[in-house]
Amino acid sequence: METRPNHAQETIVDDAYMPPSLSPWRETWRLLRQNSMALIGLVIFMFFFGIALTGMLLTSGDAPILDPAQIRLQEKLRPPLARPNLETLQPAEVPELGIYLLGTDDLGRDVFARMLQGAWVSLTVGFVAVAIAVAIGIFLGGLSGYYGQEYIQVIQIVMVLIAGVALWLAATHAWPGAVFLAIGGAAGWLLYRRYAGGSKKSATPDALRWLSRPIMSVDTLIMRLVDIMLCFPSFFLILTVVALLPPSLYNIMVVIGLTSWMGTTRFVRAEFLSLREQDFVAAARALGISDMRIIFRHIMPNAVAPVLVSATLGIASAMLTEAGLSFLGFGVPPPHATWGNILSDGKDFIFDAPWLTFAPGIVILVVVLAFNLFGEGLRDILNPKLRKRT
Amino acid sequence: MSQDDTPVLSVEDLRVHFHGDGPVSLAVDGIDITIHRRETVCIVGESGCGKTITALTIMGLLPQPPGKIAGGRIFFKGQSLLDLPEEALRKLRGRHIAMIFQEPMSSLNPVFTIGNQINEAILAHETLSEDEALQRTLQLLQDVGIPDPQKRRHAYPHQLSGGQRQRAMIAMALACGPDLIIADEPTTALDVTVQAQILKLLQGLQQKRQMAIQYITHDLGVVAAIADRVYVMYAGLIVEQGTTSHIFSSPRHPYTRALLDSLPGKEKRGQRLYSIPGNVPHPAYKPTGCPFHPRCQHRQPKCARFFPTLCDYGEGHRARCPILYESEGTVGGRCEWKNL
Repeated sequence: METRPNHAQETIVDDAYMPPSLSPWRETWRLLRQNSMALIGLVIFMFFFGIALTGMLLTSGDAPILDPAQIRLQEKLRPPLARPNLETLQPAEVPELGIYLLGTDDLGRDVFARMLQGAWVSLTVGFVAVAIAVAIGIFLGGLSGYYGQEYIQVIQIVMVLIAGVALWLAATHAWPGAVFLAIGGAAGWLLYRRYAGGSKKSATPDALRWLSRPIMSVDTLIMRLVDIMLCFPSFFLILTVVALLPPSLYNIMVVIGLTSWMGTTRFVRAEFLSLREQDFVAAARALGISDMRIIFRHIMPNAVAPVLVSATLGIASAMLTEAGLSFLGFGVPPPHATWGNILSDGKDFIFDAPWLTFAPGIVILVVVLAFNLFGEGLRDILNPKLRKRT
Repeated sequence: MSQDDTPVLSVEDLRVHFHGDGPVSLAVDGIDITIHRRETVCIVGESGCGKTITALTIMGLLPQPPGKIAGGRIFFKGQSLLDLPEEALRKLRGRHIAMIFQEPMSSLNPVFTIGNQINEAILAHETLSEDEALQRTLQLLQDVGIPDPQKRRHAYPHQLSGGQRQRAMIAMALACGPDLIIADEPTTALDVTVQAQILKLLQGLQQKRQMAIQYITHDLGVVAAIADRVYVMYAGLIVEQGTTSHIFSSPRHPYTRALLDSLPGKEKRGQRLYSIPGNVPHPAYKPTGCPFHPRCQHRQPKCARFFPTLCDYGEGHRARCPILYESEGTVGGRCEWKNL
């Protein structure tokens, strides 16, 4: 039993000399404020985010306040800051602002309204595509890094193939085949576990031994898949896929996401390779915490820093890709405005109406630059070795 | 009650081999350990003699490959651990057997608060409401002597001192009320005063919670302070076992004696401290016969040719040295050499 004064003293000392409690997020914010370029990037990004959000609200719905699709042929190719000619317009056609902030295009549509609509497209494409890429990257990178040395056996490949065929049959509504395959596969797996897959190798009958033969490690499988994906020139891969699919915003997001997860996978794997040897992972295992929980709950938060950086840079490149696709006419279908197709429409009038190309061009430049600055700054902040010592 | 008689842990003839590029390393070479309820058992030995590998094997955390359990059995309360499937073993870990690691800094996840991590340890095995788990967390922090648990549970590991971190680790190990705690040199990284506090804490908790403790250390001072029984390990073998008083007052193996001789003491003031010549043999290149004979002061030619068995001195005190047994042995025991 400790004596009372002694205990009281200990409490006082502990409270007085503890460093102020800063969570990792607040620590990051403190460092971010010192990095002016990253801060500029963040401010522009927040500004753009606000614009895109209000733009979405102003330009969507049945009767949008700023209608990006309103055609006024008599007002075509008006320069920026021009006032609408009220005499030739129907009352319903008069723009709400009473001014064409960024001029009008060859159909007399308000470029400012179209830019607002495009901002939302760019934002969603950037975020959703990166979210898909990061989700795949974290999952595959985590598996590859944590289970890297485990070998895949013939039986596992067979089971995955059976499950795949069953799913495909189910997707094509061939229910009897799907159910038969699913039940058969499950029964086969259980029988295999019962008679052949046990820990004692000697108990495996010779005839079934080939089923448990290792083929390649998990790491090899996933990382070679990454290598294969990286072999394709990604823009042309996306172009090909998009050309085959019906044009829609969702297809673009999914396709960009599915072709840009490789970098994240490599980052996550590299982090996991060092983190899984840490004592706290051994301690978590000693506590009986399951593998999946260790991977995604215990190791993953330690590996978010490079993922966050590559995600930020990835948003910029996804926006750029989307603009490129729209410019080439493979992007979001025409009535809907995106920065890429405003640029594409405007290029025919580049000498007569330069604002048609300059407005989306400069905005793309600024936003992508802001994301890159922010991403680079984040990388410096989150990596203690790159921090500026002052 | 038969439940009371079965030892909490019994390891029988455990052999762990490591297969690398060169010859096979015999890291653990046939050891027997028994731990009863409410008992503190120390495993002592120099670095590299197989203590930690033994602990990891009991926990089922031995990295396989390169490690391989080449033989033997491990029983936890009569249940054979080596036959359990991985999933059942995982449920046992943390709930019935818990482990405390050497480095309290690196054993705590740097991105979570300690309250969060203790909570995680509780919820890994029990279905409790958030509030109940929080109450348990606060109680555990209180039990391990962290002042102001309500506030301190929000602390990140880097904000705590080494001793407090180790206390938090102990709280995590205690989270589900295990029957056995394996402590792998928990105080090695701490300074002496904190070490004494942690030992006192472990002893107090053991009495309150009726746990068995397997304490791995190379520090004989710690052994004297807490152990009920001691196993002395050398090169993957148990060379001597007995109660703490047996080991300290009448050691019967040259290695135990050499370890005790190399402790500093009042009467040795001013003298040069004894150290055992040579190093622990590499587990892949052990000498023939008695593994200790190249470093032994009592060695005889036959030590290199025959393998010593454990010689019984009664009351559970055994030592693997027939040479000393012949010169000092008590009547009634038996001891022999085994042909190689």
